[in-house]
Amino acid sequence: MSDMNTAMSSKYRTSFLKEVEANVEEGEWVKMCMQCGVCAGSCPFGKHWDHPPQELFMMIRAGKREEVLSSESMWMCTSCYNCIARCPRGLPITHIMHGLANYAKRLGKVPENQQTEKFAQIFWDNITKKGRGNELKLGLSLYFMNGLATGIKTAMANQKLGLNMIKTKRMSVAELWGGHSIKDTSGLHKMLQKAQELEDAKIQDLN
Amino acid sequence: MAKEYSFYPGCSSQKGGSASNLMASVDTMCEELDIKLNEIPDWNCCSASIGYAGGGELPRLTLSARNIALSEQHNPDQDIVATCAACWLATREAKERLGESEETMQDANTALAEANLKLENNTPTKHMVEVLMEDIGMDAVKAKVKKPLSGLKIAGYVGCQTNRPFGIQGESFENPVYLDNMIEAVGAEPIRDYDKKVSCCGGALAFSEPEKAYELIQGIIESAVDAGADMIVTPCPVCQMNVEVYQDQINARQGTKFDMPVVYYSQLMAVAFGRSAKDAALDGQVIKAKQLEEIAAK
Repeated sequence: MSDMNTAMSSKYRTSFLKEVEANVEEGEWVKMCMQCGVCAGSCPFGKHWDHPPQELFMMIRAGKREEVLSSESMWMCTSCYNCIARCPRGLPITHIMHGLANYAKRLGKVPENQQTEKFAQIFWDNITKKGRGNELKLGLSLYFMNGLATGIKTAMANQKLGLNMIKTKRMSVAELWGGHSIKDTSGLHKMLQKAQELEDAKIQDLN
Repeated sequence: MAKEYSFYPGCSSQKGGSASNLMASVDTMCEELDIKLNEIPDWNCCSASIGYAGGGELPRLTLSARNIALSEQHNPDQDIVATCAACWLATREAKERLGESEETMQDANTALAEANLKLENNTPTKHMVEVLMEDIGMDAVKAKVKKPLSGLKIAGYVGCQTNRPFGIQGESFENPVYLDNMIEAVGAEPIRDYDKKVSCCGGALAFSEPEKAYELIQGIIESAVDAGADMIVTPCPVCQMNVEVYQDQINARQGTKFDMPVVYYSQLMAVAFGRSAKDAALDGQVIKAKQLEEIAAK
């Protein structure tokens, strides 16, 4: 991971903007930002961002690579798409935030114990295993993602919620030993592996 | 003749899933409105809006491409319909993104070939709300109403992903009115100036950043209470769950006394169309929608 980070940082030594344009989903839009700040004012989690999107965009242009990639900010995106709907320049901001988060993760730059990063990875592993989400296992992994002790505490605190979901048949205990699945899991896994290879190759090409 | 669609239910709508009440009530609603949903065989998860940490752009787009390819193979010439906001968004997004870049389209097809599938990418994806507003029409809905929900004051909570970035044709992002029109069509009174109509509930971050999300959810409920709402109605499974099931936690932390039912538009229709509480999946409510139960029992 850090090898890739070193390689990329050296390859794009003179321009972090170029690195973002080449490797981050929708990154080619970053230079279009005109710093109006409508995204910051429209974000439901706005007050929790160390650097709102327009600041991240300017930091990218200013070459503040370390500060951007190791920021918690893009992990605060709730995917509400308000910034996209309102951006006067039409930047796909939500997607750029997802792209920055994904790229930071690939380079091993995510701050330790970042809760949304942890949960998002658990989610991805959960849904790709059998092709469909297992909500019970997702909930349990979420409770225990910060260790056993915290997990038991969280599970106890949310006991009533869990029971409510089971009572209303909106959560099924049967998901624990089986659960929903697609038929062609092997095809799905091969497909995702190929997609991953193609995507990795694009970053490696640039090395 | 029934209108037919290729149906993408999504993970939360499965049996025992968190939105199984949406599915059951949609089935009832479609029965009444003569809409036939042909499930896409072997559909997979779209990876929603939180899949981005583990899945990069191409793996995520390929997940949706597989669903579209399966639909084109098994339900040719039928538009895809999704009831889940995230499913709809991801599928529509994938169609758009793959349509814009030949290279990405080629890569997606190279990956799909591993599962013996091929994407043509000429199938539109609609939200069920679009089917109701554009293909069926509110006049047809009104004509089906046997038990108008008169006397009920309802806050229409559209939320985010049914509204942005695509939204419903002819509606504004800041103040869409279709949900209010649906509420009116079934005989209830919509709170048209509901303050939090298009606000965010925190989405998937209700799991990873619960305290921050509860603050948003509290505002959504508070504003409905202030407007005198009997209940909140929404088209989105994540909105429904977040706004309904954390009320206990918020009450415990903030000293509020929320007991606000949060239902789906399809449940309103099922009851108004004269169907039973069970057909409307009212048994799936964590906070019981007593007024709807009473109307259904009449």
